[in-house]
Amino acid sequence: MAEITCREALNQALREEMERDSSIFILGEDVGLYEGSFKVTKGLLAKFGEKRVLDTPIAEAGIVGLACGAAMAGLRPIAELMTVNFAIVAMDQIFNHVAVASYMFGGQVRVPLTIRAPGGAGHQLGAQHSHSLEALFAHCPGLRVVVPSVPADAKGLLKSAIRSDDPVLFLEHEGLYGVKGEVPEGEHLVPLGRADIKRSGRDVTLVTLSRMVYVCLEAAEQLAKEGIDAEVVDLRGLNPLDMTTVLASLRKTRRAVTVEESWLSFGWGGEIVARIMEQGFDDLDAPVLRVGGADVPMPYNKHLEKSAIPDAARVAARVMELF
Amino acid sequence: MKEKSPRELLEPRDLLAIYRDMVRIREFEESCPKLYSQGKMGGFLHLYSGQEAVGVGVAHAMHREDYMVSAYREHGLIMAKGAEPKYVMAELFGKATGVSRGKGGSMHMFDADLRFMGGYGIVGGHLPLAVGVGYAILYRESDEVVVCLFGDGATNQGVFHEAMNMAALYRVPVVFVCENNGYGIGTSVVRASSLDQLYKKSCAYETPGLKVDGMDVLAVYEAVRQAVHKARSGEGPTYIEAITYRFRGHSISDPGTYRSEQEKKIWQERDPIPNFAAFLVQAGHFTKQELAAVDGEEQELIKAAIRFAEESPDPDPEELWTDLYVE
Repeated sequence: MAEITCREALNQALREEMERDSSIFILGEDVGLYEGSFKVTKGLLAKFGEKRVLDTPIAEAGIVGLACGAAMAGLRPIAELMTVNFAIVAMDQIFNHVAVASYMFGGQVRVPLTIRAPGGAGHQLGAQHSHSLEALFAHCPGLRVVVPSVPADAKGLLKSAIRSDDPVLFLEHEGLYGVKGEVPEGEHLVPLGRADIKRSGRDVTLVTLSRMVYVCLEAAEQLAKEGIDAEVVDLRGLNPLDMTTVLASLRKTRRAVTVEESWLSFGWGGEIVARIMEQGFDDLDAPVLRVGGADVPMPYNKHLEKSAIPDAARVAARVMELF
Repeated sequence: MKEKSPRELLEPRDLLAIYRDMVRIREFEESCPKLYSQGKMGGFLHLYSGQEAVGVGVAHAMHREDYMVSAYREHGLIMAKGAEPKYVMAELFGKATGVSRGKGGSMHMFDADLRFMGGYGIVGGHLPLAVGVGYAILYRESDEVVVCLFGDGATNQGVFHEAMNMAALYRVPVVFVCENNGYGIGTSVVRASSLDQLYKKSCAYETPGLKVDGMDVLAVYEAVRQAVHKARSGEGPTYIEAITYRFRGHSISDPGTYRSEQEKKIWQERDPIPNFAAFLVQAGHFTKQELAAVDGEEQELIKAAIRFAEESPDPDPEELWTDLYVE
């Protein structure tokens, strides 16, 4: 198996899917000639031409709306938004059109649309380019929310997202594009809605996704030195949400901590905690705790930014409170 | 050779079909307030009375396989596109037999078979969708056209400009039809738009813009026919402003007190239906009796539609959870 970056894995997924299905096209700001702000669409314009790799104006609502209409008329668009913060510009289209069309029209139409959007903090981009908004999209019924962490998942999940007949928000972390890992060549599908155990352990379950998977793995190493064996569950997405894997892990470890990069308040960690209370209370030996980002707009200053995002030490310290 | 006028292009049977469609919509809409007050329907109810010449003129200028996308005042539009009144009425009653199976209601009607791609309740929100439908046509290199209808209020929304720009940029086969009925809810166009000649808004996008009398069904028909032909020939979008008037308030809950009686009277005199009937009689196409017979048939059709809606079942409780996800 070749070792490639997340960026290359995503590019591979796009290329293979476009080769397989001629109804797939990509649209977005700078996706064509410029080959993508993060170079995820590199080489695609040259290979597929401008009808299938469409450069758009900087007009997010227009991009998502066009993609939604094209999907309703039988195509399979992949819309790239330059960052997830800009998705908010298109929020009316996403919440009021993309998410509801199938239901509102009694199932007469489907919206097989994938919206890709990079997000996450760590590059001193300030409050308008740094947020992780997966919880926001997961709140809205009708949208699938997929969030990969490793290159193999990035490829397999993106292929599944593109093939899904439901609209999918595919959220990539800017800090992970350069991360390398082994990725199967050719047909490699990871089904949506199945969490993955990235490290197995006996004593505590860390429920997480995206870049926080790496933070949790690092925390697990620190905890191992304290004699605590942590299991790291990578949700790989929020809708569908794989509670089966979380609850199975909990039955084994009897303790859980949720770890998310985004704002702690009203975030997805709270949802996981609530579901554990409802479905796994008897398996708990301790309260479920949460770790999340500071409830502030992301600051520019390097030190402030760093302190706004959970790190391994914070995660480890939170876990220690359970013992 | 001089191009034929719509009066020459349309056969008498086409003219009668146009008349029938307008009467059908008027009968349908005017039956609604009573049913609403009886509690048979809920939600908002934006009636189309007064604007029939626009929807019917548009629909007759399109092919059956062309797409229509519209806003929330769309009962008349989906029927002009070919939906049977009984399924539209059933949707207003929220019944399982409705065009959106009871899940859409007045503002969200849809008919995939008729390529009526929806009514939408967010002002202007559907304009980029129409451009996307048009992009799909280009993509498949087929020769359909999409006609997108919206109100005057939509032209002040950001997405109007995004959609106009992208449609022109990609030469999408879309015809934008602005139904300017003079008011965005209760605020007149002149108080809402810095430019009240709305057809001129397209000039920023190198898109031909023109104004048409929206109370004259043949004028609408002719303008849209030409725009559809251009779009089908690869010449890109056209933007048509149809000047019209709604005889009722914005919605069922709006008595329309912001409009003077004198203003309403002036527009009532321009009612597209009796005026078109007078034309058909004067031109010798049909007699008053023949048209009265059509009126009677349409009244019966709407009565039957109401009976159908009343007798139709509510959606099964399980329907709460269907149609959301495919897998």
